[in-house]
Amino acid sequence: MSMFEGLKFRKVSSPIHDLDPRVKFFYVIAMFAVAVMYMELLPLIVLFLIQVPLVTMAKVTKQWIKSMRGAAFFASIIFFTNFIFSYLYRGQQALPSILEYSMAMTLRFIVLVESFSIFFLTTSPDHLGLALEKSHVPYEFCFAFTTAVRFVPVLAEEAQTIMDAQKARGLELEKGNILKRVRNYIPILIPLIVNAIRRSLELAEAMESRAWGATKNRTNLYELKLRRGDYILALLTVVMLVLAVYARWHIPIPRIMEIFPWKASR
Amino acid sequence: MIEVKNVHFTYPSGVEALQGVSLKIRNGEFVAIMGQNGAGKTTLVKHFNGLLKPSKGNVLVDGMDTRDVSVATLARKVGFVFQNPDHQLFSETVEEEIAFALRNFGFKENVIKRRVTWALNLLGLTQYRKTSPFMLSGGERKRVALASVLAWNPKILILDEPTIGQDYGQKEKLRQFILQMKAQKKTVVIVTHDVEFVAECNPRVVLMSNGKIVADGEARKILTSPEILEKAAIIPPEISRVFLELSEFGFPTNVIDVYEAGEIILDFWEAKNREHV
Repeated sequence: MSMFEGLKFRKVSSPIHDLDPRVKFFYVIAMFAVAVMYMELLPLIVLFLIQVPLVTMAKVTKQWIKSMRGAAFFASIIFFTNFIFSYLYRGQQALPSILEYSMAMTLRFIVLVESFSIFFLTTSPDHLGLALEKSHVPYEFCFAFTTAVRFVPVLAEEAQTIMDAQKARGLELEKGNILKRVRNYIPILIPLIVNAIRRSLELAEAMESRAWGATKNRTNLYELKLRRGDYILALLTVVMLVLAVYARWHIPIPRIMEIFPWKASR
Repeated sequence: MIEVKNVHFTYPSGVEALQGVSLKIRNGEFVAIMGQNGAGKTTLVKHFNGLLKPSKGNVLVDGMDTRDVSVATLARKVGFVFQNPDHQLFSETVEEEIAFALRNFGFKENVIKRRVTWALNLLGLTQYRKTSPFMLSGGERKRVALASVLAWNPKILILDEPTIGQDYGQKEKLRQFILQMKAQKKTVVIVTHDVEFVAECNPRVVLMSNGKIVADGEARKILTSPEILEKAAIIPPEISRVFLELSEFGFPTNVIDVYEAGEIILDFWEAKNREHV
């Protein structure tokens, strides 16, 4: 759960929170593209490090570290599978470069999680919905999306209460063989689903009674507007993208083991 | 017996819900835990059956530390009825719903049958035996939830907000029922906001505010002390408020019972009449 905790929006005011979600999304996509472009360790380290100031600027360091910790499990799986398979394929002579390659693959994943984490930690579901709307997604879909995002924590809390209620009636979730364990979750899933359906019907009624969809041309209380910070981030992202593409095709990227030959000489 | 020794509890979100709570509930006692929203009432009672374990301090149920035993073991002794019945109902029939806990505790089939019939009778649900709990009204669902806990006859019964959404008739039935439990020497703990209900039951009242116990004593004493109640954002029952207003005419200020209040007024009136004669 801690990994999801690290993706949950926190309402804090910071320059990063105030940025337009569209620009932030562009940044995430650009990060994604650049991370996928490189297989070498050095540029990935650079990618990882240049994002750290964003995290501190957004004042979400604690939650961000949580998401990194959550990612550590998957990261270690990626590292070991890469390491073991390239080792089997290439043998012992290439050990340092295999090591570097596996680390690069791991770091690539971490960079992706890092940028997504920054995005979700600093973008409220409302702003995300607004951004979708601005991107000409039909309002019904935007609303469904924001509602779904908003109800995730509510459902999680309810699941916890239901679990408590059933435990208080002597239900032991970790008892029995696998089949029994799956069956143990029935008393939790049924109330959860029934309540979710009930709640959605209530929500629909509440929306109807507040004249949902009465006017074709909706206006918003908050308008998304590109400000100076947005232009700066967009510009930085474009520069980074151009540099990355240029470097990819025109500059030979040194491997860490070439910079520190003591490692290679062994 | 439940002993709470200097318990602190902090939720993973960092909220410190209990800040050093000590409390002793003896066997056969009837206790109402009151206080404003977020005072820590539900958090405290969730420690009684081990659903929550203290971050600091100890909770002992019949001498067992709740940290050392599973919730299922404690639940056999401590029945806990949650506020919202929709958080626990899942079976196809009311009968099955009540039998669920009995199966978990490993009762024999013939015993289960007997207990289910007994619990259905006790709460007037016999006619719904084969009905789906989802088809019942809110009040009935609440009774099914209560029946499903009573069925295994726990020594200690915890009711979280039992009067919410209940009409007067149901509340009165609940009160009778609690008195019956008391007569059987069972411990009953209720968590509630309902001052009028507590005034009618006259239990021991534990008043909480901001994760601490601010007062503990007879309902008659606590519910008639506005300065204590104010700390927990509660107002005295209506009859007490009338008597507090009338104190300058020589009326007692510690009245919470409507019948007692009637008697006092009658006496006062008769005495006045005699003066005039």
